[in-house]
Amino acid sequence: MTTAALITMISVQVLVTIISGYFFWKILTAKPKPEPDSYSEE
Amino acid sequence: MANREQWGTRIGLVLAMAGNAVGLGNFLRFPVQAVQNGGGAFIIPYLVSFLLMGIPLLWIEWSIGRFGGRSNNHSTPFIMDSMDRRSFWKYVGVFGIFTNIGVAAYYCYIESWTMSYVFHSIIQTFTGMSQDEVAVFFVKYVDVGQSTTGIPFESVLFYLICLGLNTYILSRGLSGGVEKVAKIGMPLLILFGILLAVRGITLGNTGLCADCDSHVGMNFLWEPQFDKLLDLKVWFAAAGQIFFTLSLGMGTIQCYASYVRSKDDIALNAMSAGWMNGFVEIVLGASIVIPIAVGYLGLDWVKENAGFSMAFQTMPYLFNQWGAFLGSFAGVMWFGLLFFAGITSSLAMGTPWMGFMQDEFKWSRPKAAFTFGLLVLIMGLPTVFFFQEGFFDEYDYWAGTASLVIFATFETILFSWIFGIERGWKELIQGADMKVPVFFKYIMVFVTPIFLIVILLGTLITPKNGDWQKAFTEKYELDHGSLIGKLTHSNIVANRSWFADRFESEVSGIVTDAYSDEKNHYVVISDENGQVIKTYSQPITKKLAVATGDKVEIATPIFKGRFVNPIFYLDLSRIMLLALFIFICVLVYKANQKRKKIKRIYL
Repeated sequence: MTTAALITMISVQVLVTIISGYFFWKILTAKPKPEPDSYSEE
Repeated sequence: MANREQWGTRIGLVLAMAGNAVGLGNFLRFPVQAVQNGGGAFIIPYLVSFLLMGIPLLWIEWSIGRFGGRSNNHSTPFIMDSMDRRSFWKYVGVFGIFTNIGVAAYYCYIESWTMSYVFHSIIQTFTGMSQDEVAVFFVKYVDVGQSTTGIPFESVLFYLICLGLNTYILSRGLSGGVEKVAKIGMPLLILFGILLAVRGITLGNTGLCADCDSHVGMNFLWEPQFDKLLDLKVWFAAAGQIFFTLSLGMGTIQCYASYVRSKDDIALNAMSAGWMNGFVEIVLGASIVIPIAVGYLGLDWVKENAGFSMAFQTMPYLFNQWGAFLGSFAGVMWFGLLFFAGITSSLAMGTPWMGFMQDEFKWSRPKAAFTFGLLVLIMGLPTVFFFQEGFFDEYDYWAGTASLVIFATFETILFSWIFGIERGWKELIQGADMKVPVFFKYIMVFVTPIFLIVILLGTLITPKNGDWQKAFTEKYELDHGSLIGKLTHSNIVANRSWFADRFESEVSGIVTDAYSDEKNHYVVISDENGQVIKTYSQPITKKLAVATGDKVEIATPIFKGRFVNPIFYLDLSRIMLLALFIFICVLVYKANQKRKKIKRIYL
């Protein structure tokens, strides 16, 4: 692979993974809202 | 019986939303689009489109859905009606049910292929097959008259099993069915995707040909060609990819979000589901098909053959190279991954119809699910039987492409301009678990609608080969694939009647050979230099109407007999889609009359 292709691939994939992980982590750690909420099992 | 559907957990909702968005296109469409539109540089217009159109539209659709759900509306006709009382909007909302049934009709067929290929991977059908044999297997599989396993009507059988499974899961409801599948399917999809992506990245040089190296494939995909950024075609391709990958303009996001209460978050949920889709597409989707295919077949082969068919006509052969057991295991992972991507999307397509029938006609969940299955079956069986005649592609274009763009444009105008951005914004940030940047308010009002109108116009009047540069600077010619071109069958130059007693040549030239064997007649047409342009064959029951040496023009009869031309099937598929749209309009009208009668008017 050329350096340009390698840098593009790694930077884009790392960036997208971090952002996706960050938002998902925020969902996992968000405080549940008081009942009644939208979710039957929470 | 009131519609009492509810999500079980927040994670379940986000996974179901992400599952709705993640589809076969993430693994098959994205890498091909990237390769054809600037390689690594494609990611720039892709991310810009995601920021200016993808995220705002996700938020618009989630907000519209939750707003509608507050007045117990769970499908777009009456959700839109609750936002603006002009009856026009109810019928625009019909798209949000129509599209889903139209797309599910052919999407379930692809889904059934993945299910069947999991089965064939387990019983090691592909072991020892050559590349050509694997390709022919697929052609035989989609030909209803042939069987690959000895089971008669195999493709129909798998289609029925797949549709039955979808119907059963839908009848279990949101938390008991759709959410459970998303909670199992999405993690497995990501796990299988990671395993295959690691294999794709680490495959390296296989030595089977001069450039049989997965890293060459990755280089091909990621090498940034910045000059391509000046090409409008690349921007259109990126915007189109964002649009379709996020399942925007379908009505499913609104339906799922309508079961979220007002005080609960939608802004963060939308971001998480949207980025999860991006992860599957950019990180996993880009690391499987192209690298593995280049690793075994070389760059030239991939350049010529990159496309949707690779999933079924190439991948089983590539997995064979890893030995019988590993190849079979990889096949199960690949087609299992595609199956989960498919089923989480097709389930989402069932929910708007179910929500509508439960809300308006008080149908039970199983009854609503069963009728969805039945409608999809009626609409879908012709795509199975007339796949080769182009039924499938017509559905894909009208229900799966044009309708989405039209609906998304209207809903954005409704949300930002008619319902009003202030009310819309208030809906979005209510209960939000993240701070939504204020500049998105202006993007939703000005940029996103313009983006969509440009895409709509681009779809309507696409210039030849999508070459906008040439259209603006030189001569404008309409592309056959544009909406207007499709509508007028501009690509069909001969055999334009449904039924005929003659078959016409579609090219002009000289008949260099006209002969018959036991089964067929053949006519070979060549240009002045003797280069073959087209070869036609018809069963022996027809008659030859030309002889060797004859000169033919476009529309010159070359066979005689009774013919059903392909245009018949194309028009029939359109008539079926139109009938479906009118049928849903009638249901909306009836529901509205019913509402008036019992004075059940919300807002």
